[in-house]
This record gives sequence, structure tokens and C-alpha cells, in this order.
Amino acid sequence: MKATRWQGKQHLAVEEVPDPAIMNPRDAIVRITSTAICGSDLHLYNGFIPSMRKGDILGHEFMGEVEEVGPEVRGLRAGDRVVVPFPIACGACLQCQRGLFSLCENSNPNAWMAEKLWGFSPAGIFGYSHMLGGYAGGQAEFARVPYADVNHVKVPDSLADEQVLFLSDILPTGYMAAENCGISPGDTVAVWGCGPVGQFAILSAYLLGAGRVIAIDRFPYRLEMAHDHGKADVLNYEEVDVHEALKEMTGGRGPDSCIDAVGMEGHTPGPVGAYDRVKQAAMLETDRPVALRQAILACRGGGTISVAGVYGGFIDKFPMGAIVNRSLTIKSGQTHVQRYMRPLLQRIERGEIDPTFIITHTMRLEDAPAGYDVFLNKEDECVKVVLKP
Amino acid sequence: MTQPEREGEPARAEGPAAAKLSPAARRNGGNGRLADGLGWFSLALGGAEVAVPALVARNIGVPNTPENRLLLRVLGAREIASGLGILGRDRQAPWVWSRVAGDAMDLVLLGLALGSATSKRRQLGVATAAVAGVAALDVVAGKRQARHDASRAGFEHVTRSMTVNKPPAEVYGFWRNLENLPRFMKHLRSVTVTGPDRSHWVVQGPAGRSVEWDAEIVEERPGEFLAWRSLPGSQVDHSGWVSFRPAPGGRGTEVSLRLAYHPPAGRLGSAVAWLFGREPEQQLREDVRRFKQVIETGEIARSDASRGLLGMRRAQPGTAQPYPAFERGEER
Repeated sequence: MKATRWQGKQHLAVEEVPDPAIMNPRDAIVRITSTAICGSDLHLYNGFIPSMRKGDILGHEFMGEVEEVGPEVRGLRAGDRVVVPFPIACGACLQCQRGLFSLCENSNPNAWMAEKLWGFSPAGIFGYSHMLGGYAGGQAEFARVPYADVNHVKVPDSLADEQVLFLSDILPTGYMAAENCGISPGDTVAVWGCGPVGQFAILSAYLLGAGRVIAIDRFPYRLEMAHDHGKADVLNYEEVDVHEALKEMTGGRGPDSCIDAVGMEGHTPGPVGAYDRVKQAAMLETDRPVALRQAILACRGGGTISVAGVYGGFIDKFPMGAIVNRSLTIKSGQTHVQRYMRPLLQRIERGEIDPTFIITHTMRLEDAPAGYDVFLNKEDECVKVVLKP
Repeated sequence: MTQPEREGEPARAEGPAAAKLSPAARRNGGNGRLADGLGWFSLALGGAEVAVPALVARNIGVPNTPENRLLLRVLGAREIASGLGILGRDRQAPWVWSRVAGDAMDLVLLGLALGSATSKRRQLGVATAAVAGVAALDVVAGKRQARHDASRAGFEHVTRSMTVNKPPAEVYGFWRNLENLPRFMKHLRSVTVTGPDRSHWVVQGPAGRSVEWDAEIVEERPGEFLAWRSLPGSQVDHSGWVSFRPAPGGRGTEVSLRLAYHPPAGRLGSAVAWLFGREPEQQLREDVRRFKQVIETGEIARSDASRGLLGMRRAQPGTAQPYPAFERGEER
């Protein structure tokens, strides 16, 4: 089959590799019909996630048709049309039973690596480094899905791929980011980052009762999408002092909650941005937490900072004093997709959510390397790239 | 719920105590204290000889000449090398013997000095007696250490715990059938039950060599505790126990596994050492983790890279990852 393989920093190749096979009794093989490039794939592409190896197959947002199931898979059979959640969950451990699927205790065969960096290991993730399992990803023609009885949501033929594909990651991720804010009716929510997750976080914040959403980015076309489609007020951080602007817009109080939909490769103008770029390049910090710092300082006292952007390791100049002295709450986590995918599918079926508005580019799988570049460099007003194997 | 006190159980208190020992002492399980002391003595004496040879010369009663100072510096360098070797290496015995050789050299040199007219005989006599005394200690330590190094291919009393999301009775039942053990214990090739309490164990060493022994269950408390050990006279002195405690709040079972291996010296011993690598603690953690996977999910988590498939390479070899025995075990 053809698969998108990581060759090194900013170097990908779509190459022929052997087809995946059933390895365990609860596996399924899915023939992929649509797959997407995630913002977090760019962290891999840029070489910021440790434990990638040359030849690794990327991609954790994918859907398709079940080709084959192992003998122990219940409730799923060849021919079913499914979306696959990005965290791999066994469904049997205590964390899965609590609904914390991205913390599955069993699905990472390289748990010892993650334990060295993070203390304990989270779930394995498709196509997301060896530390998170070394699973082949879904930017390919086929994928092997472990514990397939748990890791799928069946989708009806009445819905197009584009309407349901994002149930794999970014729609639940934006939704969980908003849910983690604990929004009370009428709250003001500020969202850093107007990429796909940010757009879905804006939409979800309103669904959960926010009175106003303020979106922050630097690309006018993304702010325009947040404004026109998301009904958010917008701030361009290259044009205004975000902290002062948020204060003014909220009557001097600050947003009730703040969502960081940026993560480890944040940008900011001026010396702070330069400081983090230098430290990250010199491996003195793994992540550039510029959005997170701003969000913490901007949030009203007693408010919540919800972190949906991916951070990998260690950050610098973390304003702990603001958190302690102003009773702030930080909530985060890789998305427990299995918890959200069915309720969100129902909302899509009822027409309450149409996630297709973020798709700006549809390309062939063979063009994945070009897709990554377009997405990384925000060329051609790119928001989301969907690949068709 | 607590178990009666028995040797080495429960395991929870041992971590901090082990952490207090020096690296060498930890390697030796605390048996190498004499050798360690001699190592530090070598460093101190060598340091003095290199740094202040004139002072050393005056104290042992040899003339403070440029030649003697140079000689003392060379001897000091030798002492430091021995000391570093003893303190820094896994196998201490050769380095302790290097001290014995050094003692012999010192005694010869002191003997020559005693014959020289310019020496102070009384001080030299004291120095010679001291060296002879230390040499005796060195011989004792060297012999002891050689025995210890030979037996160190195994390890004793490594414990690892993990909580599994099943009731104790079910978890115990799975363990009680010892033939299940190779499903998750990487180093085991097979366990065959040969009687109510007896079983035959096979591990696969390097280059196709296998090591086998018979074991018997020595203590059994259904749903709580199981202990076994190899029969007297086996090639490998192996023992282990596993305990099952209900986790607080009814959240499954806390499983603690403790293993000890004392293989004989020689090729058989090195085969067992090869199986466990340098970090048996990590190996054991992976064994318990796989046990959890098997009993909770019915299978062992595998990824394309962990099997080297789809052109994906395995992760960097870690202490817990690629061992041929595991790969064979996975095929079952």
C-alpha cells in the first residue's frame, strides 16, 4: 500500500510499504477513504516530538471501510463504514471505564518510554512517535486498528466523509476544550489559535452556552473564518496588545475562560517570542508556550484555562504566581474521543454542526508532502487539508 | 488484608533503603563494603602520593629526592587507577587483585629502601608493616569478591507491582495455572505443569541454549498469595512469589511480583544474565504490564513498529524492549 512516511525534519515521502495485517484478536483492518493532516502532525513534521524514526507512517485522523476483523471483535464487520478515534483505547482498564480513553493503561507497547518523560504513560496514538506506541498512522491506504470494538464509530451512508471525518480528532478536541472551560450561560471565552481546533472550540463554546467568544490569531483569513462562520469577535495579536485589548473588551475583568488551541509552537512578536524560539532551538525548552502564558495572564480571577494545544515536554517562565494568587484552574488532556464521538455524530446528523466549513484543500494521498507544506506555511489561505487515498 | 511478615515481604519498604547504598554496594547487594573501603583507601593514598610526594616520603622514611618523588607519583597514579576500578566497575575482583599486585611491588620497593644507607629504618619498618597488613586485607577482599562476582549473573528480590482491573480471585486463577506465565513473562519459553505442585521451567539463552529446571509451589493461599522455588540441586536457583491484594475502593487487584535468580557461575550463568540485561527491575515491570494487558484485554499490545512491520523500525533498543525470547514468546 501507499503510506506517508516521516523521513526526518520537514521531509516526507509517500512510498509503497507492506499492507497491515491482523496481529491481535481484537484488531481490524480499515481501507481508508479519507484522512486529514492535523496541526499536531506539524509538530512531528517540524521535528519537535521526540522518538520519531525514519520510515514512521503518519496520520491519526482517518476513516474508511472495514476490510477485515479479528476473531474477537464484536459489533463490527467487514463492510462497515467507520471513523477511527486517534487515541487507542482498550475499553477494559480503569481509565477507559472512567471515560478517560486517552489515558488507556494498556494500549502503549512502549509505555516505558513515555514513563521516562511523563511519569506515567498515556494511551497509544496512531502515527504519533514511538513514545506513544509506534503505531502506523492513517495517512495511508490501509490501517490496522487495535481493540477495534472500542475504537470506531459507525457512520451512516447518508453523511459524506467530509461531514464525519473530523470526529476522529479535531471536532471532539475543540468540543472538549470548551467543555473543560465549565462554561456558565453568558460567559466570555477567549480562544488562542484559529486553526481547525480553534474554530471547533469557538463553535462548541457557543453550543455550551457562551455569551461571547473572542478569537485570537495573526492570519486575517483565519480570523475572518472565526468571525464570519464562528460569530466570534477577533483580535490580531500582531496588531494589538492582546492582554490590554481583552481587558478593554471585558470591562476590565478578563475572559471567564481561555482556551489555548495553539500548543508548543506558538508565535508572538517581540523579544518574548525571540526568547522562546532561541531556547527551543537550543533544546533548552521543548515547547514555546507563548499562547499559554498570555491566556493565564489574561484570564479573570477564578477562571479556567483549557489547554487543547499539544505540549510535549518542558516550558520556561511559567506564571505560576498568577495561577496561585488568582485562583486559576488549568484543565487539559489529549481528547477522550471515544466519549464524544457518538453524541457529536448525533449533532451532525441533526444538522446542529456542519464541520465541513474548515476544509480548504482536498488532495490525493500522493500529494501529502505538498499538503504539509501548504498547511505549515499557511499558503493559499489553508485551514485544513483532507487527503484521499 | 496485610500478609504475615515473611522474609523480604512486603516489598514496599525496600526502595529508599536501596537508594542509600553506594553504586558499588547496590550492585553487590551490600556485600562489597570491604572492597569499597579498599577502593577509597587507594584513592586517598594515591591522591597523597601524587599531590604531596615530599610529605609521604618523609613519613615513610625515604629520602626526599626528586627520583623518589617521581617514583611516589607513579605509585600514586597506580593506586588511583585501582581505586577507580574498584569503585566504578561492575566486576570488582580484578581491581582488588590489582591492589594485591601493587602491594607486592610496594613491599619490594620498601625492602630495597631498607637496604639503603640514607633511609630512616624505624619509619620504614612501620610503613612496611602497614603495607603488609593492607596486603592481607586485599587478599581477603579479592577472594571474597571473586566469589561474589561469579554469582552476580543473577539478581535477588526484585519486586514490581501493578493494579489490574479484575477481582483477586480471577487474577489468582490465571496465575495459578503456571503454564500461563510464558504468555507475559518474556524470559520464559515454557512452563509445564508436571504434578499438583510441580512444574518444569525452560528459558531460552543466547545462541539457542536452553536452561531448564523443576520448581515446586511452596506456599499457596488461594486468591491471595502464591510462592514457588526451584527444586534443590537445580541448575538455576530460582524463586518467586506473587501476591494479590484488593485495591482500595474495589478498584481491582494490586498484583506484586517478586523474582530472584541465582544462576551458577560460568556459561549457564551468563545465559541467565543475558536474559535480564542490566536492569532486571525494568524487565519485571514489563512482565507485570504484559500480565495486566493479557488479563484485562485478552491480548498483548503490539504496534507495527514494535514488530518491525510496514517498514517501521522498532524504537531505540531500550532495557525493556527487544529480546529474541520475547519475539518467540509473542509468536505463541
